[in-house]
Amino acid sequence: MRIGIDVGGTNTDAVLLGDDDAVLAAVKSPTTSDVSSGITASLAALQGVRAFDPAGVRAVMIGTTHFINALVEARRLAPTAALRLGLPATAALPPMVDWPQRLVTAVSGRAYLAHGGHEFDGRTISELDPDELRRHAADMAAHGVRSVAITSVFSPVNTEFELRAAEVLAEELPDVAISLSHQIGRIGLLERENATVVNAALRELASDIVGGLFSAVAGAGIDAPIYLSQNDGTLMDVEHARRYPVSTFASGPTNSMRGAAVLSGVTTCAVVDVGGTTSDVGVLNRGFPREATTEVSVAGIRTNFRMPDVLSIGIGGGSLVRGGSDGGPVAVGPDSVGYRLTERALVFGGDTLTATDIAVAAGRADIGDASLVAHLDRDLVRAALARIAADVADAVDRMRTSSQPLPVVAVGGGSVLLPDHLAGSGEVLRPENFAVANAIGAAIAQVGGEVDRVFTIEPGRRGDVLEAARAEAVERAVANGAVPSSVEVLEIDEVPLPYLPGGATRIRVKAVGDLSLAPGASSERRQPAAAGSRA
Amino acid sequence: MSSATASRQLRQVGLDEVRAISRGAAVLGTGGGGDPHIGALMAAAAIRAHGPVALTPLAELPDDAVVLPVAMMGAPTVMVEKIPSADQVGRAVDVLTRHLGLRVTHVACIEAGGVNSLVPVAAAAELGLPLVDGDGMGRAFPELQQVLLTLTGVRATPMAVVDEKGNCAVLDAVDNRWAERLARSVTIDMGCSAMISNYAMDGSAARRGLVPGTLSLAASLGALLEPGTTGDDPAAAVAEHLGGRVVARAKVVDVERRTTTGFARGTAVLEGSEEHAGSTLTVDFQNENLVLRTPDRVLATAPDLICLLDTATGAAITTEALRFGHRVSAVVAPCDPRWRTPEGLALAGPSAFGYPDDAVLLEGVPA
Repeated sequence: MRIGIDVGGTNTDAVLLGDDDAVLAAVKSPTTSDVSSGITASLAALQGVRAFDPAGVRAVMIGTTHFINALVEARRLAPTAALRLGLPATAALPPMVDWPQRLVTAVSGRAYLAHGGHEFDGRTISELDPDELRRHAADMAAHGVRSVAITSVFSPVNTEFELRAAEVLAEELPDVAISLSHQIGRIGLLERENATVVNAALRELASDIVGGLFSAVAGAGIDAPIYLSQNDGTLMDVEHARRYPVSTFASGPTNSMRGAAVLSGVTTCAVVDVGGTTSDVGVLNRGFPREATTEVSVAGIRTNFRMPDVLSIGIGGGSLVRGGSDGGPVAVGPDSVGYRLTERALVFGGDTLTATDIAVAAGRADIGDASLVAHLDRDLVRAALARIAADVADAVDRMRTSSQPLPVVAVGGGSVLLPDHLAGSGEVLRPENFAVANAIGAAIAQVGGEVDRVFTIEPGRRGDVLEAARAEAVERAVANGAVPSSVEVLEIDEVPLPYLPGGATRIRVKAVGDLSLAPGASSERRQPAAAGSRA
Repeated sequence: MSSATASRQLRQVGLDEVRAISRGAAVLGTGGGGDPHIGALMAAAAIRAHGPVALTPLAELPDDAVVLPVAMMGAPTVMVEKIPSADQVGRAVDVLTRHLGLRVTHVACIEAGGVNSLVPVAAAAELGLPLVDGDGMGRAFPELQQVLLTLTGVRATPMAVVDEKGNCAVLDAVDNRWAERLARSVTIDMGCSAMISNYAMDGSAARRGLVPGTLSLAASLGALLEPGTTGDDPAAAVAEHLGGRVVARAKVVDVERRTTTGFARGTAVLEGSEEHAGSTLTVDFQNENLVLRTPDRVLATAPDLICLLDTATGAAITTEALRFGHRVSAVVAPCDPRWRTPEGLALAGPSAFGYPDDAVLLEGVPA
């Protein structure tokens, strides 16, 4: 058995899954302000629905939005220093130069520049200067810094300086948490540094929360390893979570998409989540969300850690429906009555024609009082549904990566608006039990390994370089706890760098495998996953 | 460019103008030129430290002005990781000034498309000098000799190449192609991102060889594309502003990239809609978009501007970011008339990039 728990902003969902992935029990309860009591309550509720032997639980997987919410609300952030290695390079734009001032203040952000850094081809820019680092450490101590983010130029190519600087700082500041950028982001100094500083600011909170998760799970008599869901849908163990809380930032939408796919039985699909105001479209490739290729702004900070690629369009259950008189075009959305649906929609006695009224009039949904929409013109209803179907089909089409048809999984309260077949895509699947999809998504037990580096490809050597990158990604997945025979390469991405001679190519390989769940394995005995989950 | 004169003449570049130029320069980059974002951050930081930059219209440059262009050379992908040092941009100008023994009066922009639209703004702010409102191309091109100044007889060298470590090279080449070759080698040794200052000229040479008003043009294009304020058809608005037209609406259905030395070469395959419904279009690119064609005929080539814009937002899409599913509007806009001469086409037409096609240029444009 495994337990999956998704701690959302409003609700905490939990499921108990059998070894065959069957849902044995599912519960939903309100999220509590302290994580551990919410977990304790969820575990007790699961016991209440279906009694189970805690000793038979082999793993507990938890997804949480706690960390991203802490950043957005700028609360419980540790006083943080950004230490950048690269002088004399990079001084034109010091750390946190592009941050909203409110968040610089919230993390008591202090910026330090020091020597170090590498060129794109691995040569050094300047040598590390331990005395300079010690002087910076003394200043950090004097200013009450409790967490440090270290970012060295081109550390995704060569990690040496970040690791050595971390050693120097650890000697000087033994109680300070240290986050290293090569573990967190990819090439793009400011964005990677930003993500690392955010991570550093969340380290104390991460330590508290992980401690709380341990005591809640142990308190329920469960002696099994605990894992947290990451942005990409793979798991990390709690030691990794303590050090890399930013890896949980997008786990909410990721778990929701993955859970929807599991429930519908397809792993390569588009997932359309139709809410009250928007429809969010994401794409799963073999069960994992496709990631955004552009920079992602979180709470006004530009970062480049991997987040799922989600396209939102302004169509939901509360969308306003206009036009259609005398055969004119019908518009649906993007404005919406939002949470006031139950006052303003016609089916609830209101005066506003919404997409929900159209669904009820078409007989697709039984919401409110259907007699209040019986008078609607049939042509208008047909035209509005056609408009919605066309707009959603268009959004799904934009998200495809090839001309192959892609099955569509529809979830969310507004999914009744969608037809059974979307033009250019295919069948629309509507899984049952969507209410607990997030927790099911969390409980999918897979771990990954990734390589993302600039390689120099000599003429005729492309195949060898790609093979080496693949092997390295597989090795990392195994180091992170995957059963070796189960590891597959999920994605290979190869982009030559423009204006850069010598065949310099950025290669990214992602491998994923099933988590090795030895019966009775305890988290205390388990070695923490190797720090190097990223190249 | 006739349209450039129609743009509101900017007299000063402050923080708001930097944001606008950044968006507009991405359009003028025609798929290449590097993401202007890092240039925008550098220009903004320099303006915050030293105040706004005065912009001098080309027509107001005195004959005896000493004008030094400044730019980054190398791979923009490297520049976003190895950000320049504090004084690197200004030092490129200083080194060349010292070598020439002249007192520089104006900084200039060599490439209005992409990141190099804003590097000179950072330099001008740092050096406390006015910036000329114009550039050497009216767009982006990959190589140093591909500027109108080569046609008007201005030498690229002596030129300064400086890195962030403090190294500097002053080059003297027999012609502008050799300047490109030598500077490229030095840039690679310096770590693939360097600051350069070249094409030193007086005011009258600048008036003869630069495209007037292109920073104002970038700013006004950027204002058109301000998020949340664009109309139903931002690509059409961009086309009109550039004196060009939307030649196709399409969806990207394939992007083939080929690994060749130093260039992101490839071809984007587009599925046409509207007047091109049912037809396949292709865009050949080498950093910049260079040839747009249907199976039957070539619709447009460099040196005209071939811009692929997001149909919904009008935002420019770089060749690196192109991918399946993008809904694009292909806008073709006329290049500066001097590019349309036989000499101009030899320097920056399809043959200069190894394509067998004759140049196809937008018609109805005053020569």
